[in-house]
Amino acid sequence: MDFTLTNFIFYGFALMTVGSALLVVTVRNIVHAAFSLMVTLFGVAGLYVFLQADFLAATQVIVYVGGILVLILFGVMMTSGRLEMRIHIERGQLLLGGVVALALLTLLLTVIANTPAWKNLTDDGTELPPTTEKIGELILNGPFLLPFEVVSVLLLVALIGAALISRKEVRD
Amino acid sequence: MTLQHYLVISAILFTLGIFAVLTRRNAISILMGIELILNSCNLNFAAFSRFMTPSEDISGQIIAIFGIVLAAAEAAVFLAIILAIYREFGSIRPDEVDTLKG
Repeated sequence: MDFTLTNFIFYGFALMTVGSALLVVTVRNIVHAAFSLMVTLFGVAGLYVFLQADFLAATQVIVYVGGILVLILFGVMMTSGRLEMRIHIERGQLLLGGVVALALLTLLLTVIANTPAWKNLTDDGTELPPTTEKIGELILNGPFLLPFEVVSVLLLVALIGAALISRKEVRD
Repeated sequence: MTLQHYLVISAILFTLGIFAVLTRRNAISILMGIELILNSCNLNFAAFSRFMTPSEDISGQIIAIFGIVLAAAEAAVFLAIILAIYREFGSIRPDEVDTLKG
């Protein structure tokens, strides 16, 4: 393994992602967990850049960091009193959840290490042209047109449903 | 970088997400765990798209974009339900919301 600058940055992003995700699931204060989640999302965006998915990385930052994280923080502020900021965890469940998670991780890592088709696939370093144009072609003038329309309707339904569920009931 | 680097990162994210969903007793923390799981899934799509298909085929990235859209819709509905539950029960601890329990 050679330690070029690229490798160095890749491992930096990988550590950032995994470390902050570990904080998300262990920290007791829910606001701290939310901000760790922000670091995780940025780290995943960096990994997308390494996969030459520039549009995907930008979408990740805009939608996750700019949208979903703000929603989560709003949720924290509207539902947590001063007492609820600390996340309650039961010791027995911590043990059981840890065992299940460790077993799952072992299983996944075994599969990843032993699947022949996934071995020795190195990044050849070919640089793709910016993907935005191609994604636009594929979505609006290609095989993904129908899924795109379906997802649009789904978003509309979800927005109306969210507004309907969360409004105050007017009794008359 | 090899494909397995990305798969290992994604597996760790997935496991941490499952751990959060299993152990946390706060609905918003559970939502954070679900977001971790969805992120690991999207990362897998992008990685397989880069390593397993010809480099000009980027369908995997488009699936990941759809995944992000679905995550956004899911988060909006999830938080709306949390707000409704908070108004009804005064708490968002999932084990206290047991009206339907037999």
